[in-house]
Amino acid sequence: MSEFLAMGGYAAFVWPSYGIGVGGVALLALVSLRQWRAAKAELARLEAAGLSRRARLEDRR
Amino acid sequence: MSRRKRRRLAVVLLAGLGLGTATALTLTAFEDNLVFFFSPSDLAAKPMPPDRPFRIGGLVEAGSVERSTNAAGTLETSFRVTDGAHAIRVTYTGILPDLFREGQGVVAEGRLKPDGTFAASSVLARHDETYMPPEVADALKRAGHWQPGEPPPPARLWNTKEVDRSAAAPGPLTN
Amino acid sequence: MRLSGALLPWLAAAALVVCAAGLVWGLVFAPRDWQQGDTVRIMYVHVPAAWWAMGGYMSLAVASFVSLVWRHPLADVAAVAIAPVGAVFTAICLATGSLWGKPMWGTWWVWDARLTSVLVLFFLYLGHIALTNAFDEPERAARPAAILALIGAVNVPIIKFSVDWWNTLHQPASVTRFDAPAVHVDILWPLLISGLGFGLAFAAIVLLRMRTVLIERRVRAILAARGLEGAGVSRPVPAA
Repeated sequence: MSEFLAMGGYAAFVWPSYGIGVGGVALLALVSLRQWRAAKAELARLEAAGLSRRARLEDRR
Repeated sequence: MSRRKRRRLAVVLLAGLGLGTATALTLTAFEDNLVFFFSPSDLAAKPMPPDRPFRIGGLVEAGSVERSTNAAGTLETSFRVTDGAHAIRVTYTGILPDLFREGQGVVAEGRLKPDGTFAASSVLARHDETYMPPEVADALKRAGHWQPGEPPPPARLWNTKEVDRSAAAPGPLTN
Repeated sequence: MRLSGALLPWLAAAALVVCAAGLVWGLVFAPRDWQQGDTVRIMYVHVPAAWWAMGGYMSLAVASFVSLVWRHPLADVAAVAIAPVGAVFTAICLATGSLWGKPMWGTWWVWDARLTSVLVLFFLYLGHIALTNAFDEPERAARPAAILALIGAVNVPIIKFSVDWWNTLHQPASVTRFDAPAVHVDILWPLLISGLGFGLAFAAIVLLRMRTVLIERRVRAILAARGLEGAGVSRPVPAA
């Protein structure tokens, strides 16, 4: 196991590479997912507000 | 396609053609500056003035590497860089990259000395584009398909070669 | 775009599985290289990132072309979504290449034609992102951004062929050659699988970002229609 971790003496180069590769893509995916959720929530909020306003206008009539 | 779209298509294509031509011309004009290193043959054809720093690249000639330790205890290496037609002796003081070995591509940066040797201030190893397990490399050398110090044989000879895992547990790399 | 909603979870799952397979194979089961030793494993991250950094730019250029000529709104959305993903993949390619270069070449960085042209690719992506964000109304950024993307497209063949046209420190192509790939099958297979996985991940993230951009544009349209918003920019979304 420790031999595997040592990467033939190149651990300081191999492991950071995998960290940057996997971490970079995972972070981008996560950020993109949160932006999508935030946008969706904003749209839902606006649509709900729009509906209730229209409903209020209809009540007044 | 509407007329406006056809016109836009023509404009974009023409602009692309012009840009491509301009780029090709520029790159051709600056060709000498885009070259990362000169080969020993380039140097033989167009000698460099002494004291002008430049890079020289080629293969480390088999059997030409001489290592010694100087008074300060640092490693001094002397080797010949060849491109098959011409060769030049390079001297370097310091630690060499892990890939440095006979038959390996190298790029040395430095200046020509009056005696015609090249005094390198840095030596970079150049990796060739072959990737194979050490067992396959050993098998090729044992079978005589690959002379030590020479570039590897054509890829189709070995790129699907079975790896004989029974021969030895993966031990230290043989350089 | 509605189809993409159903497709996206499957695409993401496939990307996850294929990436994991390729990377674990490369990290654990693939052999060491005869001259690079274990540093060859860096290639299973570096080369797929490089492939899709360039493939991403080509898709950005195609989207920009469609946007300029046919004014298809979805092409703008695609371009806006691709650029940040391409920038991240290019950054990964540069960083892992540097981590390989130090032990093998003996240097983190050199200004040879290959490395420099990939750095230019990174700046082209950054320029596209900056230009897109420079306008209050993103629709107005579409044309200049598309022109920038198309001008930058000349860099893609330069990256690809730099190692053949000029001598560089970077080695020539190993996989895409006219003759047989100079990569042993035991190393080539995990590389191709990792390459496929990175491609699936690229596509999944771009699709997700396209959906986000479409929703944001609808939000902006609603706000503009109500006249609640002067600048036409939606309220700041919670920090992502």
